[in-house]
Amino acid sequence: MDAENRSDWDVVIEPSKGWWRIDLRELWHYRDLLRLMVRRDLLAVYKQTILGPLWQVLQPLLTALVLAVVFGLLGRMAPADQPPLLFYLAAVVPWTFFANVIQRTSQTLVWNAALMSKVYFPRLVAPVATTLSTMVSFLLQLATFFVIALGYRVFSDLPWAPGSNLLALPLLILIMSVLAFGCGVLVASLTTRFRDLGFLVGFGMQLLMYASPVIFPLSLVPDGSLLRHVIELNPMTGVIEGFRAALLGTPIDLGLLPYSGTAALVMLIIGTLVFQRAQRTFADVV
Amino acid sequence: MAARTVIEVSDVRKRYRLGVIDRSLVTDELAAAFARLRGKPDPRGDIHAVGGDQRAGDQFWALRNVSFNVAQGEVLGLIGRNGAGKSTLLKLLSRITLPTAGRIRMKGRVSSLLEVGTGFHPELTGRENIYLNGAIMGMRRAEIDGLLDEIIAFSGIEHHIDTPIKRYSSGMKVRLGFAVAAHLDPDILVVDEVLAVGDAEFQRRCLGRMRSVADSGRTIIFVSHNMFSVQSLCTRAIWLDKGEVRADDSVVTVVRDYLNECSAQTNEQVWTDADAPGTDEVRLMAIRAISADAEGLFSTTAAITIELDLQNHAITDFDLNIQLIVHTDSDIVAFISDMTESIGTAIWPVGANVVRCTIPSDLLNDGGYRISVLFQRKGNRHFLVQDAISIDVQEGPRRGAWFQKWQGALRPALHWVR
Repeated sequence: MDAENRSDWDVVIEPSKGWWRIDLRELWHYRDLLRLMVRRDLLAVYKQTILGPLWQVLQPLLTALVLAVVFGLLGRMAPADQPPLLFYLAAVVPWTFFANVIQRTSQTLVWNAALMSKVYFPRLVAPVATTLSTMVSFLLQLATFFVIALGYRVFSDLPWAPGSNLLALPLLILIMSVLAFGCGVLVASLTTRFRDLGFLVGFGMQLLMYASPVIFPLSLVPDGSLLRHVIELNPMTGVIEGFRAALLGTPIDLGLLPYSGTAALVMLIIGTLVFQRAQRTFADVV
Repeated sequence: MAARTVIEVSDVRKRYRLGVIDRSLVTDELAAAFARLRGKPDPRGDIHAVGGDQRAGDQFWALRNVSFNVAQGEVLGLIGRNGAGKSTLLKLLSRITLPTAGRIRMKGRVSSLLEVGTGFHPELTGRENIYLNGAIMGMRRAEIDGLLDEIIAFSGIEHHIDTPIKRYSSGMKVRLGFAVAAHLDPDILVVDEVLAVGDAEFQRRCLGRMRSVADSGRTIIFVSHNMFSVQSLCTRAIWLDKGEVRADDSVVTVVRDYLNECSAQTNEQVWTDADAPGTDEVRLMAIRAISADAEGLFSTTAAITIELDLQNHAITDFDLNIQLIVHTDSDIVAFISDMTESIGTAIWPVGANVVRCTIPSDLLNDGGYRISVLFQRKGNRHFLVQDAISIDVQEGPRRGAWFQKWQGALRPALHWVR
C-alpha cells in the first residue's frame, strides 16, 4: 500500500492543521452548484410577492429618497450642483451591496447548517453564491440609477453629465466585491465561534455607514480633523467617493483607492483563510 | 487476483468535547488568553485524555483506532448500538467533519446519502429542486440534463413537477429526493438508514436499487440498525462498539455475534439472600428471560418465558399476586400481565417457588423492553422491583416486504378475516 502514489487516491480525508488548504480545482468543479445557489437565492426570496424583483430596486431607492430629503434638502449636506436624489443613490447603491453581503454572508454557515451536516461540498461555495446573488441585485440597482439619471438629463435643469470617470466603474465594483466578500467570510467564521457577533453585525454596519461618506461628501469634513482620519480609515470611503465621481462626473480623487484596494486584498486573504479553518470543524459546533 | 482496495481507513480517531462545545463567548476566549499569559492552564482547555476510557474529562472519543480496508465491489454493513460511533464514521466518510487523527483514503467518485432530498428549497419547483439537489450531491448540470426525464419518471410525480415543493406531501418529497439519489452514479456509495422513511413499496425500490448498484461492481457502505436488511444486502460487516472495531468478518458471523451479545445483556438477575428485594414475607431471588429460539436469541418470532424464583418466608394465605409491567424503550407501558388473572389464587408452599410467564411469539416489536415486577398482597402494593431485567428483541424473519422499524409498542400477529 505504501508503494502506491498518493495521487492514486481521489479522496483523502485527514485532520488538517495547516492554513492554506483551498482547492480551487474542486471549487471549479462545483460551479453548477454555485450557479444554482445563486438562482435559489434570487428566486426564492421574491416568490409570492406582488412586486417581485422590484423590491431589489425599491429598497435602495426609498433609502436614497429619505436621505435626500432629510440630509440633502433639510440638512443641506449635498452639494448644490448635484440633484440630491442622484447624489445619495450613487452612494446608497454600493453601500447597500457592501452591507448586504456582509450581513448575509455572516449568516451563511448558520443558514446552511442543515445542509452542511448532511452533505459535503466546498463550503466556500455558500458565501461566494451569496456575494454573487447580491451582485445581481446591485447591478439591477445600478441600472435603476442610470434610468433615473437619464430622466434627470432629459427633464431637469440640473443635468446629469458623467464623464470618462465612468470607466473606473469596473475597478470600483471589483474592489467593493472583494472587500465585502473578505469581510463577510471573516465575520461568518467568527460568528460560528462567537455567537455574540451575530447581533453586532446589523448595528455595526449602521455605525460604519456614518463613518463613510454616504450621507455627506468627504469634502465637507475638514482636512486633518480626527473625524476625517476615522472616515478615511474605512476602506469603503474610497470606494464610495469613487462611485460618486464615476456616476456623477465629479472630479475623481484617486488618493484613497490604493488603500481600499490593498485593504480589500488583505481582507480577502485573511477572511478566506479563517473561513477555511472554521468550516472544518463547523459541523461539530452546530 | 485480489480485488483492488478502494477505501482505506487507517487508525481514525474522532474526539468531541462534551457540554461546552466551544468557547462561544468572547469572555471565555479572553479568560483563556489571560490564563495562558500567566502560565496557568486554560480554564476551558483540554483535559488530557486518559487511555482506555471513552470519556475523559469533558472529552468524548466517538471513534478510536478504527482501521479497515474495503475492496472494490464489496458491500459492507456497519452495525452497532446507538452511540457506538456508526454515525460519526459515516460523517467522516462523507467529509462532513474531519477526524481528530488518522486518515481515510478513497478511490473514485464518492456519494453519500445521509438523507434524501438534501437541500430542497420549499419555494422552488420540483424540477428546480432536482437540479439543486443533484448539484449538491455532486452531479454536473449536463448529467442532470441527460437524466431529467428518467428522474421525473422514476419519481412518479410528473404532473406536479413544476409546482413549488412546499405544496408536496412529505411522501412526494421523499420520492423526488430518492429519484435523484437513485440516479447518482458513484463508484463508492455511503448510505445511512435513509430507508427509514417512506412506504413499503418505496423501501422495496430503495433496496432493489442498492442491490443493482452493488451487482454492478460498485462499493457500498451501509449503516443500519436493522439486522435483516444488513444481512440481505451486505457481504461483510463491521461491528462498532464504543468507538472501536469489535468485529470485522462475514456478515453472517458478525450479525450472529452481535445478536448474541444483545441477548446476553441483562436478561437475568440473581440476588443473594442478603440483597434480594422483598419483605420478610416473600422475596424475589432471581428473574430471567428465556427464549424459545434454538439459539437463545430474543426475536419477534420466538416466545419468551419470564421465570421468577421466589422465596416464600411467611405467606400462608391465598393473597399473593404478581404482575409483570413491561415498558418499551421509549417509556411507554407496553402491557401489564396479572398472574391471578391467569392461574387464580393458590396457597404457596413456604420455601422456594418458581413462577413462569410466557410472552408468546409475534407479540413484541423489535426493540428494547424493560420488565418490572410488582408484588401485591390483599389487593395492595407489596413491593415493586423496578426494571428487574431488560430484553433486546431483534427482528425475526420478516413478514412481507417491510424492511424498517415497525411502529408501535407491540407488534402482535392478529387474526384477520375476509
